[in-house]
Amino acid sequence: MFYREAGDFSTTYPEDSQTFPIRFDRYRYYLVLAIAIFVIPFMINDYWLNAVFLPFLIYTIAAIGLNILVGYCGQVSLGTGGFMAVGAYACYKLMTSFPEVSMLIHVLISGLITAGVGVLFGLPSLRIKGFYLAVATLAAQFFLVWLFNRVPWFYNYSASGQISAPERTVFGIEVTGPNTEAWATYLFCLFFVILCAVIARNLTRGAFGRKWMAIRDMDIAAEIIGVNPLMAKLSAFAVSSFFIGISGALFFAIYLGAVEVGEAFGITKSFTVLFMIIIGGLGSIFGSFAGAAFLVVLPVALKLVGVDWLGWPTDIVAHLQLVIVGALIIIFLIAEPHGLAQLWRVAKEKLRLWPFPH
Amino acid sequence: MKMKLGTMAVAAVMAASPVMADLVFPSLSYRTGPYAAGGIPFADGYADYMNLLNARDGGIGGVMTNVLECETGYNTEKGVECYESTKGQGALVYQPLSTGITYQLIPKATADGIPIHSMGYGRTSAANGDVFSNVFNYPANYWNGASGAINYLMSQGDIAGKKIALVYHNSAYGKEPIRTLEELAEKHGFELTLLPVDHPGQEQKSQWLQIRREKPDNVIMYGWGVMNQVAVQEAANIRYPMEDFIGIWWSGSENDVLPAGEKADGYKALTFHGVGDDFPVFADIQKHVVDAGNAAGAGDQIGTVLYNRGLYAAMLAAEAAKTAQEIHGTADITPTMMRDGMEALVITEAKMAALGLPGFGPEFNVSCENHGGPGLVGMTQWDASAKTWSLINEFAPSDMDVIQPLIDEDSAAYAAENKIEGSCN
Repeated sequence: MFYREAGDFSTTYPEDSQTFPIRFDRYRYYLVLAIAIFVIPFMINDYWLNAVFLPFLIYTIAAIGLNILVGYCGQVSLGTGGFMAVGAYACYKLMTSFPEVSMLIHVLISGLITAGVGVLFGLPSLRIKGFYLAVATLAAQFFLVWLFNRVPWFYNYSASGQISAPERTVFGIEVTGPNTEAWATYLFCLFFVILCAVIARNLTRGAFGRKWMAIRDMDIAAEIIGVNPLMAKLSAFAVSSFFIGISGALFFAIYLGAVEVGEAFGITKSFTVLFMIIIGGLGSIFGSFAGAAFLVVLPVALKLVGVDWLGWPTDIVAHLQLVIVGALIIIFLIAEPHGLAQLWRVAKEKLRLWPFPH
Repeated sequence: MKMKLGTMAVAAVMAASPVMADLVFPSLSYRTGPYAAGGIPFADGYADYMNLLNARDGGIGGVMTNVLECETGYNTEKGVECYESTKGQGALVYQPLSTGITYQLIPKATADGIPIHSMGYGRTSAANGDVFSNVFNYPANYWNGASGAINYLMSQGDIAGKKIALVYHNSAYGKEPIRTLEELAEKHGFELTLLPVDHPGQEQKSQWLQIRREKPDNVIMYGWGVMNQVAVQEAANIRYPMEDFIGIWWSGSENDVLPAGEKADGYKALTFHGVGDDFPVFADIQKHVVDAGNAAGAGDQIGTVLYNRGLYAAMLAAEAAKTAQEIHGTADITPTMMRDGMEALVITEAKMAALGLPGFGPEFNVSCENHGGPGLVGMTQWDASAKTWSLINEFAPSDMDVIQPLIDEDSAAYAAENKIEGSCN
């Protein structure tokens, strides 16, 4: 009825190949953007910012990054936590060394530094695949956490080994430290999410994305048709780490404010982001959003329902959350390996035919 | 997705509207995860004491107390969520029972004007109230603990030339005493070996192998959660003499020594409050809380070391609230008034006796400059056959000549970093 191609004519190639070729989809996308930019900043308070929106936005960036590597290029990585730590520590060193520089620059440079580290740890992917690569990236995870714990230079020789974000600004508005306004940090993170999502979307449907997908589907065949595996795999590691580095920098500087590497960027972080893209959908930008939203909102929603409304003991609810997430991962792997994104795709197909299915 | 969140936001804000006219004491507890063995008894003690005040005295100054429990799992992200979800409901004081979460909350809570009481944990230099206006860590801190352990060893014999190993949780918490111990090592001429154990601490074979090889004269441990049990077990496995093994107060509860059975006999741990259930207050708890069916958790922790600590924390919070009520002449206090109450807190033996806790902790008073209390540290020892901890050394002062310069140095660095001017002038 509303959701259909009929009557939606494209007269130029760019129109035909745009991200949302269906008019309804396009307007929905504009509407979501408009609400995110013009409505939410006026309504948001500290609780919704810190409990839902900041983690959602920041994990989305990490999930997009990991999705490029795992979902598009087929290189399994368990090093997400370690790479986020690189972003966070790079950001910390930059923030404390160049206090007058805008946070925008710091976060972008942290992403670039992480991209470099990602390429370094991506080198083994040229020789090893699958489980063995997963183990190699696991080594990266543990090595990086150990490094940031071991070398005092990274945490500016503080007695406790913690790094804490001092107050820094963007265009004169504080975005880190305790005295920030909710809307400022929200918009700052939203900016990076939109930036990353647009870059990722356009990379994955261009020549780079096609090369990555060729490598994912069959690397030998891809090599034979002229895809350079070295370039394809390393570029995937670089782009993926760039996004993950940005998310790590935001995670530390904007969201938590103080970080201890083993606790914040441990192996569980790698798994959390991996679960996000498994539940959300491998090889889908929308899936990264859906997975991040799901895993961020689920605990908060469970807590609201279980503890605040039903008055259950807090530990039961915490355990219940583990059970539900675990069960969902198994269910998704069996019933819908392409995750929430595939459910969304199926729903759209159904909508196209509605109300007259075959 | 976002539209849905918006509607949920409205619904939840309406649902979570604050319960007015209660004194709200949030309890950022952890009853799950590798640190639950420490989190459960503390949370139970905290909740039971507040319940007792409601049932026996009708609250504090006629206003009922309300403990809002929020599960953090010792995880900083959940800690942030808990802080944000409870602060809007009139939270008077935060006691996160996690050094990581405390570090995170120090700037936030200070900006929001809510006090933090990190009793025996958190950032040690918060003892300097001139810089940390909203953070309190009376009656004792990590550095008092480190010095207390060394003082105890010196009272047992000459320490010069001896080897002492520090087994610590490789986090902000475990790293806290290192500077102090290094200074003390220099002052008293003992040799310090550092052995970090990574989160969560279930794997300690290599550390204890090193201890077995180097045979240090004493081992000091800064551990928490499952790490403690494993360490005591490993020490028993290599037959390290338990009398020479000293834990900080977070490594000295029943849960830590019971798994090792008889072999844990003689293990020592520091403390800053009384142990055992031989205090009149426990009869009241039994009568007003347990028999009324209101015991927190499973109700099986009463009288254990960490339960007592939770009870002590609740008692100090309640006394500070009373002090705040007296200062400001109103029963319905705000977090800012609570802060003033904590800063003017005076604990005397007469007060503790009136509360049914005679001799439970040291006498002390808090001032604007000193948020850390006197730092008196006692020593307890585990008796495996009787399954009890007993105090073997009275609360003794620690070496403030070493600690005070360190506190001043660290808090000055924090003040410079965050451009804080002294608040005590």
